[in-house]
Amino acid sequence: MEKNKKVTRVLMSGNEAMGEAAIKAGCKFYSGYPITPQNELTAYMAKRMREEGRAFVQAESELAAINMVFGAAATGVRTMTSSSSPGISLKQEGISYLAGAQLPAVIINVMRGGPGLGNIDSSQSDYFQSTRGGGHGDYFTPTLAPWSAEEAAQLVILAFDLADYYRNPVLVLADAIIGQMMEPVNLSFKRVFKKKLLEKNWALTGAKKRPANTVVSLLLGDRVLEKHNYRLGKKWDKIKNNEQKSASYKTEDAKYLIVAYGSQARIAFEAVDILRKQKIKAGLFRPISLWPYPEKGLREVAKGVKKILVVEQSLGQMVEDVRATLPLKQVSFLGKAGGGIPWAKDIVGAIKKNL
Amino acid sequence: MINEFSPPESLRDVSTHYCAGCGHGILHRLVAQVIDELGLRESVVGIAPVGCAVLAYNYWDFDVSEAAHGRALAVATGIKRSRPEKIVFTYQGDGDLASIGIAETLHTANRGENLTCIFVNNACYGMTGGQMAPTTVVGQKTTTTPWGRNPAFGDGWPLKVSELLAPLKGVNYLVRSSVNKPQGVKQTYQYIKKAFINQIEKKGFSMVEVLSPCPTIWKKTPIESARWIDEEMIKEFPLGVIKDK
Repeated sequence: MEKNKKVTRVLMSGNEAMGEAAIKAGCKFYSGYPITPQNELTAYMAKRMREEGRAFVQAESELAAINMVFGAAATGVRTMTSSSSPGISLKQEGISYLAGAQLPAVIINVMRGGPGLGNIDSSQSDYFQSTRGGGHGDYFTPTLAPWSAEEAAQLVILAFDLADYYRNPVLVLADAIIGQMMEPVNLSFKRVFKKKLLEKNWALTGAKKRPANTVVSLLLGDRVLEKHNYRLGKKWDKIKNNEQKSASYKTEDAKYLIVAYGSQARIAFEAVDILRKQKIKAGLFRPISLWPYPEKGLREVAKGVKKILVVEQSLGQMVEDVRATLPLKQVSFLGKAGGGIPWAKDIVGAIKKNL
Repeated sequence: MINEFSPPESLRDVSTHYCAGCGHGILHRLVAQVIDELGLRESVVGIAPVGCAVLAYNYWDFDVSEAAHGRALAVATGIKRSRPEKIVFTYQGDGDLASIGIAETLHTANRGENLTCIFVNNACYGMTGGQMAPTTVVGQKTTTTPWGRNPAFGDGWPLKVSELLAPLKGVNYLVRSSVNKPQGVKQTYQYIKKAFINQIEKKGFSMVEVLSPCPTIWKKTPIESARWIDEEMIKEFPLGVIKDK
């Protein structure tokens, strides 16, 4: 930390930090529906949005919330909704429409256990849903996974920029631990996205001194939708090339690589230190963008690695992307589902069993 | 007064995909005319539904958003709250507004959102080929009520959305008219105009329900359809002002 420079650090939960980041990012419309474990975020927005003279609506359902966000996005303002797993399933209709109509919006998922109503414990079992489109149709949503309250806030800022730049919905995929955990958060969030954002001349603001604008995802006629899908496909390629994001810890000389994201990466971080004390050369690779998957970063750190252990709060979802990225490496998996958490001792045990 | 001969500026000079005798053409025109007369063309944002009017943005010459089936009033809420200075309206059918979107309808009205809603009631799902709608009258044959809507089969009774919304404090204006004859068209025009003026005056939620013919699905000629509205629909859905605060 720089000396003589006052840094504002506030003790807040990940949920609240993400809310404050949305305020700082200029979110003008927020709508949400109660669901645990993200209720603090909706409550935070209810207070702060009104304090800022911006729009907050407690929606009658997740469906209504995401479609209100669709309307807000169509007018060109920055907009966000948040929920947790079962609620995100309901929002998939709207997310698909946002992607089809090329509207920017930020959706936060503070994951809980599933399937079905599941439970309210931390989980990472929405990885497939988040990284493979989620709703109907041929589309992807950039997905950012924070490992701390402060990073959650930073990624919300980035999510707004990515959404505007690519005209696409962007997910911030936190888990219950990240949402609920309280830690000191530096509120001077910095923008890391440097590309220039274009004016939203497509937005619905009234057809004054310009032809009428329409926001649609219905594309009838001979090959019209096909061409639209190819245009979207080019966008996915561009995002895949430009927006991979990851972090590494002690990977320079690592022989054993742990791959984990979100709160699970935080636990794996601890496991790396334990293993290093035991003279085992372990390292951590932490994907931050889950889609696009940080293939380039993973290939780079995996070069000198003998064995890889993927750790998730699920029965194994991200592990498929690791295996697809590194088909020639020995990849094993450690996971717990339904709110179970692989602790540092479990990770250490799994590495040592397979030395 | 309706200018019968000059098309409104807000209506594009194109053919529509609507069937002969359908009410949508008249209603598109009335909405466009009101928007012109109130000088709203450059500040209005419309929401086209899922249903026969899904392509309304091809016919209106002002900003229009699509909405997922039933979600028009949620989309409208997002637009109006983000840009309160815009005049925002939805144009929805009975399947959209009264069935899949009934939660959005009820809660948008109950919040007292300052919006205008045009509710086109033709007692059936038109675009999907004529299934039972919540507004289908008892005895009316549809593809999913092949012997006629029958409460004894568990089909339920016609849902009267305007009457359902009337007690809500957030609702300012509820009227029902029909476009099956010239007097009805003129009345509908007056109602639509009032519903937009209410929004300009920030009076809250206004809805104009319009009984509208669907000859193709009803398997009737346009003339028979116009009569069927008088003989069958109006009995179930009486015309007039239901609420005007």
